[in-house]
Amino acid sequence: MVANHLEEEESYLTSKKGIASWLFTLDHKRIGIMYLASIMFFFLVGGLFAILLRVELWTAGDTIVKAKQYNQLFTLHGAIMVFLVIIPGIPASLGNFVLPLQLGAKDVAFPRLNLMSYYIYVIGAIVALSSLLVGAVDTGWTFYTPYSITTDGGVVVMVMAAFILGFSSILTGVNFISTVHKLRAPGMTWFRMPLFIWGIYATAIIQIMATPVLAITLLLLVIERVVKVGIFDPQLGGDPVLFQHFFWFYSHPAVYIMILPGMAVISELITTFSQKRIFGYKPIAYSSIAIAIISFLVWGHHMFVSGQSELVGMIFSALTFLVAIPSGVKMFNWAATMYQGSVSLATPMLWAMGFFLLFAIGGLTGCFLGTLSVDVHLHDTYFVVAHFHYVMVGGTFMAFMGGIFYWWPKITGKMYNEKMGVWSVILVVLGFNLTFFVQFIMGAQGMPRRYYHYLDQFQIYHQISTVGSFLLGFGFLFSIITLLVSLKYGKKAPPNPWHAATFEWTETASPPIEHNFHHQPISTKGPYEYDQIA
Amino acid sequence: MVANQITKSHFPLAVHFANPEQQVEAGKLGMWLFLATEILLFGGLFVAYAIFHHLHPELFKAAHRFLDVKLGAINTVVLLFSSLTVVLAIHAAQKNKTHLIVLNLVITLVCAGTFLVIKYFEYTHKFHAGLLPGYFFTNATVPSPDQAHVFFGIYFMMTGLHGLHVVIGMIVLLWLLVRALKGQFGEQYYLPLELGGLYWHLVDVIWIFLFPLLYLIR
Repeated sequence: MVANHLEEEESYLTSKKGIASWLFTLDHKRIGIMYLASIMFFFLVGGLFAILLRVELWTAGDTIVKAKQYNQLFTLHGAIMVFLVIIPGIPASLGNFVLPLQLGAKDVAFPRLNLMSYYIYVIGAIVALSSLLVGAVDTGWTFYTPYSITTDGGVVVMVMAAFILGFSSILTGVNFISTVHKLRAPGMTWFRMPLFIWGIYATAIIQIMATPVLAITLLLLVIERVVKVGIFDPQLGGDPVLFQHFFWFYSHPAVYIMILPGMAVISELITTFSQKRIFGYKPIAYSSIAIAIISFLVWGHHMFVSGQSELVGMIFSALTFLVAIPSGVKMFNWAATMYQGSVSLATPMLWAMGFFLLFAIGGLTGCFLGTLSVDVHLHDTYFVVAHFHYVMVGGTFMAFMGGIFYWWPKITGKMYNEKMGVWSVILVVLGFNLTFFVQFIMGAQGMPRRYYHYLDQFQIYHQISTVGSFLLGFGFLFSIITLLVSLKYGKKAPPNPWHAATFEWTETASPPIEHNFHHQPISTKGPYEYDQIA
Repeated sequence: MVANQITKSHFPLAVHFANPEQQVEAGKLGMWLFLATEILLFGGLFVAYAIFHHLHPELFKAAHRFLDVKLGAINTVVLLFSSLTVVLAIHAAQKNKTHLIVLNLVITLVCAGTFLVIKYFEYTHKFHAGLLPGYFFTNATVPSPDQAHVFFGIYFMMTGLHGLHVVIGMIVLLWLLVRALKGQFGEQYYLPLELGGLYWHLVDVIWIFLFPLLYLIR
């Protein structure tokens, strides 16, 4: 399909030169790369805090820091990883790069808005880090009242940072929804769109519906702290549980802002590396939308022990189990896609396999926590910590890495070293399980989360976990090195190294030209018809 | 970028759109989505209002008497009228009458300014009377003064956030005015006017909910 002359034209990477051509670019591909670099930087910062936390927990009591600093460290780790890494994560970086290409569009609907949302992200990140100058926050990333209105430190600054970052997220969501609605290539009906787009689309819906509620909640929190307005402060007639309701009304859907794009990437990886049309296209597409809808109905499961009525608890518990259905639909459809396909275990597929294993564990332990009576026992223990790390890191981040390795040849025009790629997956999966599986055990035995001190009986688990975290950290570093090394030493990538069937592979070079395509691509078939690729 | 070369007969088509219709439709969809997020932003405050009104119905009834219904009503009329003039500005663009676009935008801006001036007098009165949120509440004439601050906390947040939107709206209107003065709008191209108008209507609609909820409690 791709004629040779495509490769002769200058790619989007070389068509314009100089630092200003990057800083003021309106090209969705360059903006995607700027996001990717920023997100990876903050991933390393957040990861560094994680390692410090694990080192502190090597022994009970003071190891390297005091209790107060420990609280600040886990708050920074959580806030950075949630607001600066995983929430923007896949949509802002890979989504920005891939979505217009897969749609056959020249750009997103609002390129200037796109650049603006990147700079809002940067400002939010700077504000977040500047909270360190005022005094690091020790509330945890959830900013629960009344503690967050009484503790000292830069709570206002950190909360404003989350507020600003929310804006960036909203603008990205608005941009993607408009792009999907209005810029699809001729012939590309909704059910000819690649599933990656369905996932990003569902994510964008949650982004624009949930984030404003977080924005107003955080604004109220700031005002509560500054002027003592009496909405959340019980001393002034306010209701601290109202904060939890508001907060989780956003932050539970936000959990799906994090995982849906991961699932979206996995759908692409599984079908491409099985070289088989995806099994159950429509159920997978609809299940993304179903997850987006259900995500708004389950927030109360964070508050089973916050004085919510038993009836409400039961309803939220029942609704929570509903999430398992569309998630299960996806898992089984992916498995069925691989059945009798020509599965190749290339690096991106290995990341997807890692996702399979870890997300299954993360998802099923979520069902434990959604069970009312079990949650009373497990609430606020390491079991919860392990559960959401299995979903967020084992699920989303594995998929993110898989997506980066999958689209890397398209983004950079270089192939990475396959052996190094395989080793990075192995290191990460081993390190991850070593770090977090033991946390299920100690959590079930009653080790509370967010404690820097513990009983002697938990020491062995904590030490295994700390050793695992070093392996995990090394694994992620190794993957990033693998990618960076390829920039200099990698072989030149062909337009379609994976024999994939979507537009970004079949209709343009690696890396693409500035306006993506020489000719407007036209969609005449579904996105996964591998036998029809020339 | 291309702004300088636009004339009345010229639609500034961006490179990534196939035709003007696509660009107009995308712009409108984007604006509607953004407006939805704005409504959700205020939604949080409306929920807070509902909860505290439910908790203290008598208190809300008593405290709201300290708001000036007359000034609130005048402001409602002023905003409603400004919504009309925004529509007239778009209409003028469709008829290619630049001076009418400018005139209507100026009237809209004057209305917005009037709204803020009246709001300023209302706020000053509250400040002097000590009808303020939380710790700053010092008024002793309100029934159950130890809790009345909750109502004023909600009052100031809702009207304050709305006021901020009026200010942002004025910036948008001013930008539209500058572009209109340059003659950039005409029957071929008035999309920014429509989008700015949509935003201004939202500011108006939110006030239409705020006014009865805060000033006319029964």
